[in-house]
Amino acid sequence: MNLDLTEEQQMLKTSARDFFEKEFPKTLVREMEEDAAGYSPAVWSKMAELGWTGLIIPEEYGGSGFGFMDMVILLEEMGRACLTGPFFSTAVLSSLFLLEAGNEDQKKGLLASIANGQAIMALALTEPSATFRADGINTTAALDKGGYVIKGTKLFVHDAHIANTLICAARTRSWGPASESISLFLVDASSAGLKITPLQSIADDKQNEVVFDAVTVPAENLLGELNGVWPVVERVLQYSTVAKCAEMAGGADWALEATVEYSKERVQYGRPIGSNSSVQHLLADMWLEVNMAKRYMYYAAWLLAEGLPCAMEIAAAKTTVNEAYKHATRMGVQLHGGIGTTRDHDMGLYYRRSRQAAILYGDSDYCHEVVARQMGM
Amino acid sequence: MDFKFTPEQEALRQEFVDFFREEEKNAPDGWVESFEARYATDEGWAYHRSVADKLAARNWISLPWPREYGGWSLGHLEQAIFNEVYSYYRAPGLDIWGLPILSPGILEYGSEELKREWLPKIARAETDWCQGWSEPNAGSDLASLTTRAVEDSDDYVINGQKIWTTGGHRATHIFLLARTDPDAKKHRGITMFLSEMDRPGIEVKPLYFMNRAHVYNETFFDNLRIPKKNIVGQVNQGWYVTMAGVNFERSGSGTIATCQRDLEDVVQYCKETYRDGQPLSSHPLVRYKLADLAIGLEAGRQWSYYVAWLQSQNPLTAVEPSAAKWFDTEVVVRLATTAVEIMGLYGTLKAGSKWAPLYGKFEGWCQMSLGFTVAGGATEIQKNLIAWMGMGLPRG
Repeated sequence: MNLDLTEEQQMLKTSARDFFEKEFPKTLVREMEEDAAGYSPAVWSKMAELGWTGLIIPEEYGGSGFGFMDMVILLEEMGRACLTGPFFSTAVLSSLFLLEAGNEDQKKGLLASIANGQAIMALALTEPSATFRADGINTTAALDKGGYVIKGTKLFVHDAHIANTLICAARTRSWGPASESISLFLVDASSAGLKITPLQSIADDKQNEVVFDAVTVPAENLLGELNGVWPVVERVLQYSTVAKCAEMAGGADWALEATVEYSKERVQYGRPIGSNSSVQHLLADMWLEVNMAKRYMYYAAWLLAEGLPCAMEIAAAKTTVNEAYKHATRMGVQLHGGIGTTRDHDMGLYYRRSRQAAILYGDSDYCHEVVARQMGM
Repeated sequence: MDFKFTPEQEALRQEFVDFFREEEKNAPDGWVESFEARYATDEGWAYHRSVADKLAARNWISLPWPREYGGWSLGHLEQAIFNEVYSYYRAPGLDIWGLPILSPGILEYGSEELKREWLPKIARAETDWCQGWSEPNAGSDLASLTTRAVEDSDDYVINGQKIWTTGGHRATHIFLLARTDPDAKKHRGITMFLSEMDRPGIEVKPLYFMNRAHVYNETFFDNLRIPKKNIVGQVNQGWYVTMAGVNFERSGSGTIATCQRDLEDVVQYCKETYRDGQPLSSHPLVRYKLADLAIGLEAGRQWSYYVAWLQSQNPLTAVEPSAAKWFDTEVVVRLATTAVEIMGLYGTLKAGSKWAPLYGKFEGWCQMSLGFTVAGGATEIQKNLIAWMGMGLPRG
């Protein structure tokens, strides 16, 4: 057992911390929240140059060849920085789908473009059914004249408005269990019949409605096995759940640290508010929740990276991180007082993100049910 | 990061499992925990003694001690594994006062003579210790204790009162703190003494727990004479001797394992128990509550290994073990109270009734567990320590 970061991870963490403090200050976060595209192409190129967009892409496909645990460390720093933009959609979700399901041509073409920063990709999975289950997918794709025609509405699609390629999940068989009827397609964002409409949301995180109005894609754009790709989707969702946990843990760390610092500085009744035990005990609660959640998140990430069974642990990690991040930012606002409730204060950035992220890839109620089933109930 | 145990650690775990799984079969009927029953019932104490002798025969009591004193020099992680297995199988047999609290003080501060006299007795389970620290007016603020020790030729003469002497009525020996210099600053005038319980001048009176169990006592010293050779460390050094225990394994892995076993029992009960024609385990709120406990225990278990690992890197690790103590004991209470609620009317029945589920464990445990969040540094004290030492907040 060795629960330290490796030397390489420590370097990655330090350089990411420095990079975001310099290149992605909170002023830029706010600018990006109001910006239609929601990301800085200049920062994106620099991240590609540092090898981060291709962090988990093997070197043979032009990537940096790092592992998932390294990605976890980088994502923590991104969560801490409130990084906006398509990193998660592109470098995490889409890279994983291509690695897990792509054929050699697809990998060679797209993974290299992700690694060099040219490709921006988005995952069109969820729909108005608002679940991450296979039976929530009603979009269809049917073979017609050598191509697939996709019809349906995708919802909550992050970064579709700036993507050049979408990965779309659709039903390719009208009978049988949903989990044995889903296929994935690579869709060029300039395809005819594709209509992308931005959605305003709590975290200003650029979600979209994506309507596929008979969008035709060539047959070779099938990504993975026809009708049989759902196990891959489930595996990628496991990775993305833990990856989201990592981002959230980084945000929670910031919320805790900022609140501790403020409690030492803010003087009322002639002494720092942090000298009151009522405040200290709230902060101790946050300290335990945030640190315990972070350690457990590392454990779940390690199990996943090692290929060990971890369905229960991932659900437990998501719940633990959800609750820690929500509570740290909720009490972060409370202990900052009135100023914490304003648009100008940074705590609101994290509070809003915690509310968004706690629902992505499994809210706490859903995760409890997963755990209950894993317990044999 | 690597969460794997070494093959040696896995083999050790298996050795512990093989022993304790078998040993549990020798437990008295209805044995569902090893804390209250060992002190409160004669069968429980007899079982504790029989397991203690077997552990001594295997030389498993002194696992964490240095080899020169008969120990195995077992690391913090290995100790955490031992405690996990030991607790999962609800084993008694370890002297929970002599081993984790007294022996580190003797090892760090005791003279060679003191070590040679007392450590073998602990290792061979010839002694059962109780702790004479707290007083009616010295609880969380232990250093304000007022029991006096006055020098008289080769002895000290002790007068005063102790409280919360867990197992004092079963113990053969007591380690106690008394004030030897009333003029010094309060932490600097305290000395630790060792005494047999059958010396004249010691009186033990039961202090019944709210469920009637006889676990605690009040202990009175009336001109108790203790020879100077029974002082641990130096005169007036007693406060620092008490601190030696912080180096001991404090991961809380045992508490978590106790809860994991209990949760397994409750889950099984919920699968087998029907209400309104449905098993309790199909009720959404029951599922949620049990899953919530399981999630807490999962996170708590990894935290305990994290603490053990931190302690193995730096024995002076202070903040994370405090967090473990707080979290783990709160989860014991939460599990016990949740179990009683899920069992409904049945949950309130005492052990001994044929209607009491799971031997009435949680009727008792939802009371007994309240002591755990108080003893050994109340939850609020642990939160203070985290605030001051972990976050650098000003002492109020």
